[in-house]
Amino acid sequence: MARTKFINKGSFIDNLPKIYGTYTGGFLIFIILMAIAESAGMTAKTIGIMFVAFTVCIYALIGWLSRTVQVDAYYVAGRQVPTVFNGMATAADWMSGASFVAMAGGIYFGGYTYMGFLVGWTGGYILVSSLLAPYLRKFGCYTVPDFIGTRYGGNLARFCAVVVLTLASFTYVTAQINATGTIAARALGIPFELGVWVGLVSILLCSMLGGMRAVTWTQVAQYIVLIIAYLLPIFWISNKGGYGIFPHLMLGEEVARLGELEAQFGLVKNAAADIKAAGVPGGLKSIALPHSEVPSGGMAAWKFISLTLCMMVGTASLPHILMRYFTTPSVKAARKSVAWSLFFIALLYTSAPMLATLSKLSLMDPNLPTGIIGKEISAVMSIDWVSAWTAQKQAFIADFNGDGVLQLNEWFMRGDVVVLSTPEIAGLPYVISGLVAAGGMAAAMSTADGLVLAIANALSHDIYFKIIDPKADVRKRLIVARALLVIIGAFGAYIASMRITSILGAVAWAFDFAMSGLFFPLVLGVWWKRATRQGAIAGMITGLGAGTAYLIYVYPKFMGNPAWIGIDHLRFGIIGASVCLVVMVVVSLMTPEPDSATQKLIDECRIPSGKTILGKQH
Amino acid sequence: MSNKKKHWEKTKAQMIVTMLLWFFFGYVIFMFGESLNSASFLGYPLAYYMCAQGSIVAFVIILFWSANKQEKIDEEFGFSGGEES
Repeated sequence: MARTKFINKGSFIDNLPKIYGTYTGGFLIFIILMAIAESAGMTAKTIGIMFVAFTVCIYALIGWLSRTVQVDAYYVAGRQVPTVFNGMATAADWMSGASFVAMAGGIYFGGYTYMGFLVGWTGGYILVSSLLAPYLRKFGCYTVPDFIGTRYGGNLARFCAVVVLTLASFTYVTAQINATGTIAARALGIPFELGVWVGLVSILLCSMLGGMRAVTWTQVAQYIVLIIAYLLPIFWISNKGGYGIFPHLMLGEEVARLGELEAQFGLVKNAAADIKAAGVPGGLKSIALPHSEVPSGGMAAWKFISLTLCMMVGTASLPHILMRYFTTPSVKAARKSVAWSLFFIALLYTSAPMLATLSKLSLMDPNLPTGIIGKEISAVMSIDWVSAWTAQKQAFIADFNGDGVLQLNEWFMRGDVVVLSTPEIAGLPYVISGLVAAGGMAAAMSTADGLVLAIANALSHDIYFKIIDPKADVRKRLIVARALLVIIGAFGAYIASMRITSILGAVAWAFDFAMSGLFFPLVLGVWWKRATRQGAIAGMITGLGAGTAYLIYVYPKFMGNPAWIGIDHLRFGIIGASVCLVVMVVVSLMTPEPDSATQKLIDECRIPSGKTILGKQH
Repeated sequence: MSNKKKHWEKTKAQMIVTMLLWFFFGYVIFMFGESLNSASFLGYPLAYYMCAQGSIVAFVIILFWSANKQEKIDEEFGFSGGEES
């Protein structure tokens, strides 16, 4: 059994650095081969197809090699994933299509105000490491509701946790499948609706046969692709344009220059009526916010802080992230692994503002050959990339004042275009654009995999096995788990193909849903012995209920009421989590203390050494 | 106080210190973003820099530091023994 030897034995774990080292080398050689093929005359389209097809086939191969028939391998990758590799897998799990494709675009348009997301999407890992991951690892659960169900006891608590998990993860997963669809459609030259299903099949190939084990090893492979695809163009552009060898430390002047250009061109917010009259396609924006200037006033500071708060607390409540730390060999390893995760995430996050800066400057600076603002519109329209993106309705020019010259507020673009087109705008070879498409695909697929698996595992383990049929044998459990994976994936793809969500709105909502219902039941479950079952159930129901009600109340497309002290639809988790906390504490204090068995359980989970609380197979 | 209790007290203290650092780099500096931005670091306006890189790097350092500290606490009370799932 060559395969079992490859993937089952300790030797596989010991050989990981070698295996992934070879893989990275192979990928770099593939990039070079493509570059040679490009200079030999291979078309841009073929290169795009090659990049996406080649990488997806590798992931599928890893998924196939990692197939398993064991419950603990399927649910927690056999609990043998070393810290650094789990860090990479978590980073891929975490960085979604939105992080990869939309984040630099968000900074491009939103500047400092948008950058609250950067702080929010990183700081949450401190909560994960200090409050939750080591304790959940000691508990030995397979899923997040497994912890809630065991700590508080009873099927109702478990069921409520599954509801919150499903709602939060599902909001998130449609956006990811949407992103895989967009990228697959563009790279392979197929319609979006078909691209979504191609994306889904790729996602299922990675996860179905091997569950968490397969997802872990494909996510590591996907991380390597996505980080190369993100960093290579940034360093290339920065060096090519003479901005600095190491852009992260050397773009101070460029940021200052952007401030000057903003003052020169003027930041104008277009009236909604003008935009509509000019026929600007939906989702396209113009630059109206300063790049590095901090908006003045206490309200602006509060909006920044409240956004980071929601994203951080949401991070610590998202089940697909928490469950990554169930796969490490020990409690100590879980803690270290959180630190490695953020290290790998930071490599991309600290680069996004640099990409946005370079991209913005190359368009705005009239002294650069790539600059378009302040030039004749007819000349701008004849630039290759402008006409290509305009034809796809990803960019748009509206000559509001009719002077034939492009003003800053007359140039519209979709946020995603920043990452996808910057290599092209800066005049890099097409091979880099193909690489970026492969990176975006890897980012969206890895997150979708983690999310679909989190939902399917909660339904198969917590609903089917723990509540409906506790006597089911291993074979039956794994069949149910896989069937659910396909059903949930297909449902997500169906929703995505209807195109009803924009990437970012939905992503932020997932954090708010998760924090409304899960944060305090999880944290107090470890840190407050007095928390009772009734308290947790009441907290989850009222927290999620209050959060959702507030979302409906403020979201412009629902009731559209004015936001209360700046808490808009991106921040509704603040309402949900506060209600959850208050209700949970009050109800817990009104109900009798948890029994001594539960108290002992909590004491036990606070000790990092010794056996897990739930058995190896449960 | 039993060994377990003492271990938990120290763990709690470590958690609180970590949370304070987290609060400082995640919130306190951004409360004063407007005034911080007039200072500069590596040529970047300071608040912009903290947002783009500074706080994120601080979070990574805090995580490694805190994990090491907690490991020391576990060792001190004999809870760091190799543990099996």
